[in-house]
Amino acid sequence: MPIPPIQVVDLHKYFGTLEVLKGIDFQVNHSEVVCVIGPSGSGKSTLLRCINRLEEPTAGKIYIEGEDFTDPDADVDALRTKIGMVFQRFNLFPHLTVLANLTIAQRRVLKRSSEEAQDVAVKMLERVGLTEKVDEFPIRLSGGQQQRVAIARALCMNPDLMLFDEPTSALDPELVGEVLDVMRKLAEEGMTMMVVTHEMGFARQVGDRVTFIDGGVVVEENTPEEILMNPQQERTRKFLEAVQHY
Amino acid sequence: MSKRQKSRLIRIAIYIVTVIFLALVGRAIDWPVLREALFNWEIAKEQFPRVITMAARNTLIFTAIGFTGSLVLGLVLALMRLSSIRPYRWFASIYIETFRGLPALLTIFLIGLGVPVATGLRIPGVYTAGSLALAIVYGAYMAETIRAGIEAVPRGQMEAARSLGMTYGTAMRTIIIPQAFRIVIPPMTNEFIALLKDTSLISVLGVTDLTRELTRFGRDGVIHLFNATPLVVAGLVYLAMTVPMTRGVAQLEKRAARAR
Repeated sequence: MPIPPIQVVDLHKYFGTLEVLKGIDFQVNHSEVVCVIGPSGSGKSTLLRCINRLEEPTAGKIYIEGEDFTDPDADVDALRTKIGMVFQRFNLFPHLTVLANLTIAQRRVLKRSSEEAQDVAVKMLERVGLTEKVDEFPIRLSGGQQQRVAIARALCMNPDLMLFDEPTSALDPELVGEVLDVMRKLAEEGMTMMVVTHEMGFARQVGDRVTFIDGGVVVEENTPEEILMNPQQERTRKFLEAVQHY
Repeated sequence: MSKRQKSRLIRIAIYIVTVIFLALVGRAIDWPVLREALFNWEIAKEQFPRVITMAARNTLIFTAIGFTGSLVLGLVLALMRLSSIRPYRWFASIYIETFRGLPALLTIFLIGLGVPVATGLRIPGVYTAGSLALAIVYGAYMAETIRAGIEAVPRGQMEAARSLGMTYGTAMRTIIIPQAFRIVIPPMTNEFIALLKDTSLISVLGVTDLTRELTRFGRDGVIHLFNATPLVVAGLVYLAMTVPMTRGVAQLEKRAARAR
């Protein structure tokens, strides 16, 4: 069996006395696209943030490519470079140009030379179709463009896997498509992806697997067709009815 | 009488009373004597060039050393206050509360007189003790300003930087602090102006003839000549430095408000 890029074992997370994750087992295999859906407050974003250790898990294990990420001695910064992260609110660095946004971590973390970092940055901007914006500041870009730059920024670190935390939820509806197109292309190129999303169409078309989380537990997990067309659990059915009401 | 008529009448009455008052004051004052005492043209001219080449220069030296010191100290204290290590936070809080709570003059005496008396150490350098005391006081204010600036940078910035594999230190240095400094430029300029004015307190330590700053220079002139012109000249030099800065800050704040 090859080592899965993400393996989560019996993960618990408390915020104070509130138990947000109640024992999650979860796995993403190589080149797989797993979409995580669920109502707000279900713990899906917390799960994703725990996988990057932006939230500290209370108990349980997280393995990134077989390495124990929850080990106190784990090199968190080194492991994080393997994980590309895309946020709901883009989080581009507003004081830096697009190019500097893409090169700063390459230079500071991967110790690449300025020329090498720029070459990589331009290549990644090509992948998201924004080479002409290289010298702009983030504020001058539309939300969709900012999110594509954020994806390019994560790609510059040559991650083995990518996490997307509701990447289109902060976008105007007409800008959602361009971001999903970039993500679909990434998936087709074989990137391992975990996507927390409300875009059921994307989950159906691009996802290999869909995980439904509610109340801090994995309620149901299956192929997109099965889970979206033929949900086995009552809670899944109710959620899908609610989001697909119109 | 309507409401509007009434308020108009009151306004006219206020104008008349003011004009009468000013006229009476104007008649009571002996203008030539006053002008002679406050702004004697000959004495004013005599203040130059020393009021610039020595007094203003010394004020600026004290300000520059004090500001640089307070900036470094303030940054260190701000990072300590935000640290996850509790004793650092305690130390920074106690420091900030202490030196914000004490009069600047007392701290200046403490560093310039108290420390030598208590330890036998004389602080070397003619500019050092005074500038150091100001750096210590303003370091406390600066720490609070910088901390507020750092906290005003959205949390997602740190998360994004860390998710790219940056250490906390690298993220602070390259992502958070540059943004924080942009946010705090207006309040920091205000602190710069306050510090510039407070360099006048340093003269209580008994400066030498050559390290006199503007206020001391003006005071000495008054005592020598029995005429207030040197103080007025010194005051005008202060205003020539501070007013452009306060105007500049107002502009910056207006622009920041528009950008929001």
